[in-house]
Amino acid sequence: MGDLFLLAISCILINNILLAQYLGNCPFLGTSKKMETAVGMAMAVIFVIVMAGVATWLINTFVLIKFDLEYLQTVAFILVIASLVQFVEMFLKKSIPALYAGLGIFLPLITTNCAVMGVCLINVQKEYNFLQALVASFSYAIGYGLALILFASVRERILLARVPRPLQDTSIGLVTAGILSLAFYAFKGMV
Amino acid sequence: MAKSVTHEFVKGLWAEIPPFRLVLGLCPTLAVTKSVEDGIGMGVATTFVLVCSNVLVSSLRKVIPSKVRIACYIIVIASFVTMVELLMKAYRYPLYQSLGIFIPLIVVNCIILGRAEAFASKNNIIRSLADGLGMGIGFTLSLAALGAVREILGSGTFLAMPVFGPSFKPFHFMVEAPGAFMSLGLMLCFMNLVGKK
Repeated sequence: MGDLFLLAISCILINNILLAQYLGNCPFLGTSKKMETAVGMAMAVIFVIVMAGVATWLINTFVLIKFDLEYLQTVAFILVIASLVQFVEMFLKKSIPALYAGLGIFLPLITTNCAVMGVCLINVQKEYNFLQALVASFSYAIGYGLALILFASVRERILLARVPRPLQDTSIGLVTAGILSLAFYAFKGMV
Repeated sequence: MAKSVTHEFVKGLWAEIPPFRLVLGLCPTLAVTKSVEDGIGMGVATTFVLVCSNVLVSSLRKVIPSKVRIACYIIVIASFVTMVELLMKAYRYPLYQSLGIFIPLIVVNCIILGRAEAFASKNNIIRSLADGLGMGIGFTLSLAALGAVREILGSGTFLAMPVFGPSFKPFHFMVEAPGAFMSLGLMLCFMNLVGKK
């Protein structure tokens, strides 16, 4: 139990998927200009990462390793993620339209979010067992949401500031992300 | 009259150079530019996948039904990425190890899917080849440039050769995550400053 707790802390703070592992940065910069979109994206990512993490772990363990097909990992994982996203989209549209409307265009975009694929690959590479994979996926996703929402709130303030012209938009966004990443960097060595 | 093939090639080198002008494919850009060598290795691998997938998508563009096109593109890209992964494991093992998880992640590099969707699916093979090659080389150059900045400041070396004298204290910040974000941000700022119209 203690191990799992440590794993969760390390995935959320120390190895934060956005700011320490550099995964999922395109939507990070793209959707963080407004708090609303950032929250929507964070929710969608948490939802999909947990499902994809579990699904790819099962497929890897019970299909790929069993039949000696590990070299197909990349192809299999991306297919699982793409179909999962599609499936989740259809399911939400039918049964929870309110949530579907809230997530909006972020759901289909998640297919090409490298954070999702990244978490699935990390789970497999570190040879986590099922429970660990579940905890790790969930905590990475929470870490993603945390960083995204923090970043969005900083960025909303930047909108009010006067930024030199060449630095505007993405450029200042990246520098801000660097400073935020410095804050997360301080957790290194905690566990 | 469509623009010339040369134009499609050259635009990837400056006017639309991938990680800077089109803000796509940031994750590998940030993650593998700890050194020039890693940056170039990643760039070459991405270029290979980009060129091959552009050519294949372009030659299949009349066959693929538009409803399932994204899924088809992803399968095409994933197969080429698997090829690169296996080749690299066989012939460049140290590089394979240092790039690690980011080789399979070429699949979800938005540049590749973006070019397949925005360019290769609408243009003929030769032009898609030129576009893929130009974008790929542009991407490689950007990674190498960012890698150079970070390697020189962060470890005091260039392609693993020491640049400064022994009195130089490496600026460790640059090879860590915060340095990656900041140097990319500042380079983007520099590009805006130079390329201002």
